[in-house]
Amino acid sequence: MTQSCDVLVIGGGPAGIAAASRAAEAGARTMVVDEGASPGGQIWRPKLTGHQPSVARQWLARLAASEATVSPRTTVVDLQVSAPRSFIVRAERSGIPTIIGARALVLATGARERFLPFPGWTLPNVFGIGGAQALLKSGTRFDGKRVVIAGTGPLLLPVAASLSAAGAKLLVVAEQSSRARVARFAAGLWNAPATLAQAARYRAGFFGAPYSMNSWVVRAEGDDRLRRVVVRVGTETRTLECDALCTGYGLVPNTELARLLGCVMRGSVVFVDADQSTSTDGVYCAGEPTGVAGVDSAIAEGQVAGLAAAGRASDAAPLRRVVSRRAAHGRGLDRAFALRPEIHTLAASDTIVCRCEDVRLGQLDRGWSARQGKLYTRAGMGPCQGRICGPALECLMGWSADSVRPPVFPARVRTLSSPAKTGDSAETSERNHDAPA
Amino acid sequence: MTSARRADAIVIGAGIVGAACAAALARDGFQVTVLDRAFPSAGTTSVGMGHIVAMDDSPEQLALSAYAQRLWHDLAPELDPRSELDHCGTLWVAEDDAQFAAVRAKRDVYAAAGIASEILDARALADAEPNLRPGLAGALYVTGDMVVYPPGATLRLLDIARANGARVRSGEEAVEILPNGVRCVHETYHAEVVINAAGPLAARLTPGLPIVPRKGHLAITDRYLGFVRHQLVELGYLTSAHVMTNESVAFNVQPRATGQVLIGSSRELVEWEASLNRDILAQMLRRAEAFMPALGELSVIRTWTGFRPATPDKLPLIGPWDAVPGLWIASGHEGLGITTSLSTARLLVDQIVGRAPAIDPTPYWPARVHSASAA
Amino acid sequence: MSETVAITIDAAEHHVAPGISVASALLNASVASFRRSRGGDARAPLCGMGVCQECRVTIDGAAHQRACMVTVAEGMRIVTATSAEP
Ligand SMILES: Cc1cc2nc3c(=O)[nH]c(=O)nc-3n(C[C@H](O)[C@H](O)[C@H](O)COP(=O)(O)OP(=O)(O)OC[C@H]3O[C@@H](n4cnc5c(N)ncnc54)[C@H](O)[C@@H]3O)c2cc1C
Ligand SMILES: Cc1cc2nc3c(=O)[nH]c(=O)nc-3n(C[C@H](O)[C@H](O)[C@H](O)COP(=O)(O)OP(=O)(O)OC[C@H]3O[C@@H](n4cnc5c(N)ncnc54)[C@H](O)[C@@H]3O)c2cc1C
Ligand code: FES
Repeated sequence: MTQSCDVLVIGGGPAGIAAASRAAEAGARTMVVDEGASPGGQIWRPKLTGHQPSVARQWLARLAASEATVSPRTTVVDLQVSAPRSFIVRAERSGIPTIIGARALVLATGARERFLPFPGWTLPNVFGIGGAQALLKSGTRFDGKRVVIAGTGPLLLPVAASLSAAGAKLLVVAEQSSRARVARFAAGLWNAPATLAQAARYRAGFFGAPYSMNSWVVRAEGDDRLRRVVVRVGTETRTLECDALCTGYGLVPNTELARLLGCVMRGSVVFVDADQSTSTDGVYCAGEPTGVAGVDSAIAEGQVAGLAAAGRASDAAPLRRVVSRRAAHGRGLDRAFALRPEIHTLAASDTIVCRCEDVRLGQLDRGWSARQGKLYTRAGMGPCQGRICGPALECLMGWSADSVRPPVFPARVRTLSSPAKTGDSAETSERNHDAPA
Repeated sequence: MTSARRADAIVIGAGIVGAACAAALARDGFQVTVLDRAFPSAGTTSVGMGHIVAMDDSPEQLALSAYAQRLWHDLAPELDPRSELDHCGTLWVAEDDAQFAAVRAKRDVYAAAGIASEILDARALADAEPNLRPGLAGALYVTGDMVVYPPGATLRLLDIARANGARVRSGEEAVEILPNGVRCVHETYHAEVVINAAGPLAARLTPGLPIVPRKGHLAITDRYLGFVRHQLVELGYLTSAHVMTNESVAFNVQPRATGQVLIGSSRELVEWEASLNRDILAQMLRRAEAFMPALGELSVIRTWTGFRPATPDKLPLIGPWDAVPGLWIASGHEGLGITTSLSTARLLVDQIVGRAPAIDPTPYWPARVHSASAA
Repeated sequence: MSETVAITIDAAEHHVAPGISVASALLNASVASFRRSRGGDARAPLCGMGVCQECRVTIDGAAHQRACMVTVAEGMRIVTATSAEP
């Protein structure tokens, strides 16, 4: 299937929804694609039960009212610049190869969680913190489950609130950082329900579970699934029998598409100017890939990117102040949740670091580069392509990310083999070897 | 079984060719130092397919690759799990009766070179590889061909070299080859024997070597154990590999020990442009799907490109380089260097120590390019 | 839309809520092992958002599908792995 549009927004989270709405309202033929079953991204993805925050409802309604086409269940696996301000995007829609032509791109691919290995982290029922939230939204039942939440960042409190509301019995919410005040403040900033933020601000316990600073999970134990976790709470080590562990150490921006296009990076995030324009002409970027700063920032950046992609950058002026103010909050977040050294030493030499290929920490040599680690042990060679072990090994070994190659997500052979356009010019050379050997 | 102490030898390049040379020299008593500007298996060796194959593009190529096949069988017991050795054999697939007719002749050519093979008719081929499309004419099954994981085999060869006293230095770039020596950025090494095994970069150190990078694309799938059982190559492959001017693709699919399917292959002459050419990739995959329609549904997890060190006459450059005292060349192996690394190393060491080589070494002498360019 | 959707998980029939993900259907059915790692260990969803690939199962004959990204459908056949990956 081949389609074309003026502005293609990749990612339907808050940034993508804002970008698509503004671009479509400005008159551009706009399309937004997202892997999920419906738009919303990580925080606005509709819950099967319960309702959305009002900002989410407003923006989803605004998107629906706009002329933008929404294409859910669509995974972008490759993209390339075919001519200046002309892009060919290869996607898979429920497994069907799809080619989309576009004049401008808005990359709004969000973030994933950072995981750091510890003994037992590969056991079933050890989830990401955002991972548990995503599973809950997609229908996983946590009622009656004994849950431990341990990690860092502003995600802990809102996820604790959602799980608790869903009937889970929280045993402890362990935050490795010691900066309790900042944690609570940031949680409020991150759309934690106001009551929860309030609760957290005024006392140390909520939902019957302690919210405990200077605390982290040391190891998880079990057989065919998780049975218990060993948690360090302050100076004490406790063993807690439980059904689920939610763990994660902040967010890692999804910058693969930008890197595939050769966009200039600034450290681990995509470099953008005041119009959210990347170094590649016609490519804009908004939300987490430009720096993890939360949902309000994503909305503001998305609007700027959408307007600029539609050729109406001048209309974006009032939004720019919000963008820069929010970016400062993002940097504050990083400082508040800096990892304590103990977290880096949890993995033992027989702890698996690359889950796809079962590579253990002890197989890796500190003297190697990431590429050597990969070639010699297969670490990062599996189907997640280093999305999980890459950020972990960056923390543990100081290895920097490997190059990005298409497909950015596993894709069927026929998705990559379908001709990019009709009358594929290279077709003729396809059979230049008919003569018998 | 290290022999008497011999002279010093420096091997430039820790790809599979350099590693094989280092292992052979060290076993023969040389004091070997391997220098690599990056690290072992940083170059073409890390991007190749790892098919150990007797290839009959020319009698000289067949002689070198058939010899190599025997040496890989001899080495097999010494390889470790990292090498992922798989005795899967090759099926040269004939699309139609005309190609199938050529299979008989190919079998005889192989037999004369001491390579065992069997003819499979259409039924037998379908039984051997149920995922091939129906209607193919048959195949030649070369039973002794194998598949390895090239970086793993390279590490193993370097371990063998080290066990025989060799040193391996990563991050040491050769800047200039001197008479009986090599100048690196910080240090100059002296040795009676210097081997240029810098793969596609060999000509930067030895100007005059006619080596050009010939780009190839590969794609690898998730794990589908048993989907493909042998290395499958279309009979048209040799033509595709032989024609130097065009870009070409051929059906060339490999079962990995991991259950993954490695899909090749393409050839282009585009200098050092490493980015993925989506049109070529798509053509290559379509060619593979034309032979194995079910392949279309498998999930690809990564694609990449690599540069074969190619020579105009499609034969590697193995032997002395008279212009520089002590210098020997081991490069230009194009798409066959994983296979012929072992025979290259043996030919070279036999000539260095003055032993009679197992096969005629003269067709591979780099001197042939001198005479060719002088003419 | 009917109240429940009938699916099979490793040949056993289950009735699940419409609209939920395959991962949720399996977790709610107490399936602990979605896939087996190279070392033979049970693995199950980690990220819940399509990144980690730990939730891969065979869906209607297609291997390596991310259970967290697919919504259940009437008659869907889901098979989890029982042996180690090579
Ligand atoms: C797990 C998680 C939980 C979070 N919880 C909170 C919270 O409670 N409160 C809060 O304020 N902030 C939260 N955040 C941060 C929040 O996501 C961001 O602040 C905000 O949602 C950013 O919006 P975004 O549009 O940049 O990214 P996202 O909301 O992550 O949206 C990106 C979208 O792009 C899609 N996508 C990515 N790559 C592709 C591709 N190649 N093809 C197609 N689609 C693609 C993804 O599926 C996703 O739907 C959370 C983040 C994560 C990762
Ligand atoms: C797509 C593709 C598929 C292939 N498939 C097969 C196959 O199935 N079977 C097969 O037999 N062959 C195959 N090949 C060919 C095979 O990979 C090569 O012939 C072989 O790897 C060449 O090895 P090498 O050691 O000569 O070169 P390289 O592996 O490139 O090694 C050269 C080394 O020299 C180092 N170096 C370079 N310059 C310097 C310097 N100045 N100083 C110090 N060090 C230096 C580099 O860092 C590198 O490590 C394939 C190749 C490609 C591209
Ligand atoms: S749980 Fe990570 S990809 Fe599905």
